[in-house]
Amino acid sequence: MDFFNRFAIPHPSFLIYASMVAIGLTGIAVILGITYFKKWGYLWREWLTTVDHKRIGIMYLISALLMLFRGGVDAIMLRAQLAIPDNKFLESQHYNEVFTTHGVVMILFMAMPFIMFFFNFVVPLQIGARDVAFPRLNAISFWLFFMGAMLFNISFVIGGSPDAGWTSYFPLAGNDFSTSVGSNYYMIAIQIAGIGTLMTGINFITTIFKMRAPGMKLMQMPMFTWSALISNLIIVFAFPVLTVLLAMGTMDRLFDTKFFTIGDGGSDMLWANLFWVWGHPEVYILILPAFGLFSEIISTFARRNLYGYKSMVASMVVISAFSFFVWAHHFFTMGQGALANSFFSITTMAIAVPTGVKIFNWLFTLWKGKIEFTTPMLYAMHFLPLFTLGGVTGVMLAMSAADYQYHNTMFLVAHFHNVIIPGVVYAMLAGLTYYWPKMFGFMLNERIGKWTVWLMSTGFILAFIPMYITGLDGQARRMYTYSEATGFAPLNMVAFIGAGIMAISFALLVYNIYYSVRYSPRNIGNDPWNARTLEWATHTPVPEYNFAVMPQVKSTEAFWDAKKHGHEIFKGKIEKIHMPNSSGLPFIMSCIFFVFGFSMIFSIWPLAIISLLGILGCLVYRSFEKDHGHYIPVEEIEDTETKLRGAK
Amino acid sequence: MKELFPIKQVMGFVFSLILTAVALLVYFLDMSFTAGITILLLTAFVQAGLQLVVFMHAGETEDKGAIYSNVYFGILVALVTIFGTLLIFLWDM
Repeated sequence: MDFFNRFAIPHPSFLIYASMVAIGLTGIAVILGITYFKKWGYLWREWLTTVDHKRIGIMYLISALLMLFRGGVDAIMLRAQLAIPDNKFLESQHYNEVFTTHGVVMILFMAMPFIMFFFNFVVPLQIGARDVAFPRLNAISFWLFFMGAMLFNISFVIGGSPDAGWTSYFPLAGNDFSTSVGSNYYMIAIQIAGIGTLMTGINFITTIFKMRAPGMKLMQMPMFTWSALISNLIIVFAFPVLTVLLAMGTMDRLFDTKFFTIGDGGSDMLWANLFWVWGHPEVYILILPAFGLFSEIISTFARRNLYGYKSMVASMVVISAFSFFVWAHHFFTMGQGALANSFFSITTMAIAVPTGVKIFNWLFTLWKGKIEFTTPMLYAMHFLPLFTLGGVTGVMLAMSAADYQYHNTMFLVAHFHNVIIPGVVYAMLAGLTYYWPKMFGFMLNERIGKWTVWLMSTGFILAFIPMYITGLDGQARRMYTYSEATGFAPLNMVAFIGAGIMAISFALLVYNIYYSVRYSPRNIGNDPWNARTLEWATHTPVPEYNFAVMPQVKSTEAFWDAKKHGHEIFKGKIEKIHMPNSSGLPFIMSCIFFVFGFSMIFSIWPLAIISLLGILGCLVYRSFEKDHGHYIPVEEIEDTETKLRGAK
Repeated sequence: MKELFPIKQVMGFVFSLILTAVALLVYFLDMSFTAGITILLLTAFVQAGLQLVVFMHAGETEDKGAIYSNVYFGILVALVTIFGTLLIFLWDM
């Protein structure tokens, strides 16, 4: 029985027990449902073993939406706790666990898979490729991410959540102050997901460099593909730091090494330093694809080509380099002198310049455009002013002297939500609405969609603008309660109402999906938005091989040229197409990774060694496996093409 | 015959052995910490460059430009990280 004691939660509460029951029941319902509808074979053949970039993308999307829900529920709990002074809804320990989970889930398990969804689904189509460069590796990336996310998500019902914040600073996250296995979950779950992300980075850089359609030069790539390239470059240079950092943290916690201890020659500040060496580029990894999506959307619905293509690319390249030069602005108050702080202050402010260039380019794209306010465009129009506000407060925070006032207050919390929500989340939802017809063959309802946008922005403004004010008045972040005498109460109530409106907006998005599945017309053709780039030139739904004939490209907007200037994209006749085989190995290996991670977290060494051998076994098997893919014969392609054209 | 002989690789191999031997001197000879670490750093980076160019064929395909820009960018990021950290932790703490 002693053995099982370690799985007990250290700080139980009614909410956690209720969640346990809910998770158990949902799990049983899902298993029974799949069995009842006899879908196990379908699930295995079409999804778990797939290497198709579109299906992997959709699985990323589903994970991201689920995690958005989880992180959103956490957010509502936090705001509910702070809504009134001296609230007893969450205890301090539980509050710590919830804000830690909220941060990790939203950044690493919601925003990251969401951009991975766009990389996977959009990039190969935009550059006219049939899949990514390494389809099998892509499947491994997804399943490692998924297992890492699941491992993190079970922490609160098995063994206890991490509670040291999403930054998990030492010494708080060390064994002395975090005695439960929570921080082990943090170290190991993020490690597993991070390895997957690193592989995605390599995969997409190779894809974009090597698999572009004939004729497409680098400077003719659509803007989203450019943003994906730059973002993946940052991944490849930033994520190794995270890998090393988490490995060191794991060793400190599990094997009593002294990297981040206060005594014995360790340096706890080194964690903060290295965390942000990864952490700051990470925010650009998230925001650049968002910029790319907005570029596509704004140019499509302003019916103009994107203004300042070259300066858009240049500004992203500059941002990618500068994102590595600014990390210390996250800890101006750590004790380094004015010289170091001034350096990082100036580099941080300098980043505002290329970002400003992008904002002006979008404005000039809109200038004299025939603007059409569809739902994605509405998101973009809300993004521009709100994101700029977030950027301006960012420059305020960048001033190191003034930062001593803002540091660790709600002002900072308001700032980063102000860039991440209108920046990343709006882009993700806009892109989701924009690419939905390409994925599923019907549009999301526009009327409900616009309601979603307006509610989202109303909720956002009510939820986060008050935090700027209470932050300047001195409300610290991560404080689980405050007294009535502080005077923070009314504005925190407003923020809670705002959070509630955002929750309603999310519910409306879910309802929109349900409504559109039932009522949306299916006869929308391949190009419902009258768009400009190659992904809209192929059929909807996209066939397995994407393009029956490889597209020929001469400009940044091949498809627009084809529609307006008689450019011929698909020259030549159909030939047999080489495609990769499906494989169960990525899924199986990632499951073993899950077991490995779990046994490491609870220090169950025999199981850890066995599962590590299992992982190595999978690698060896793969090395000796002969897998040459398969060909789709010409007749089959012609059949599919005829069917997709609508002539049965 | 001369065209078939991989002279570049053989010379590279010999040179990398020499670099290893020089690095080993730090252990066998009695020298100051500064001198030792300088030799180790130099031999390590030359060795890495050698492996990349001679044995991993960095400059031999049409992707030469992309490969070298990636390497240079990586070096830039590493240097900024190291010197930035030194600035924060040593020079201005």
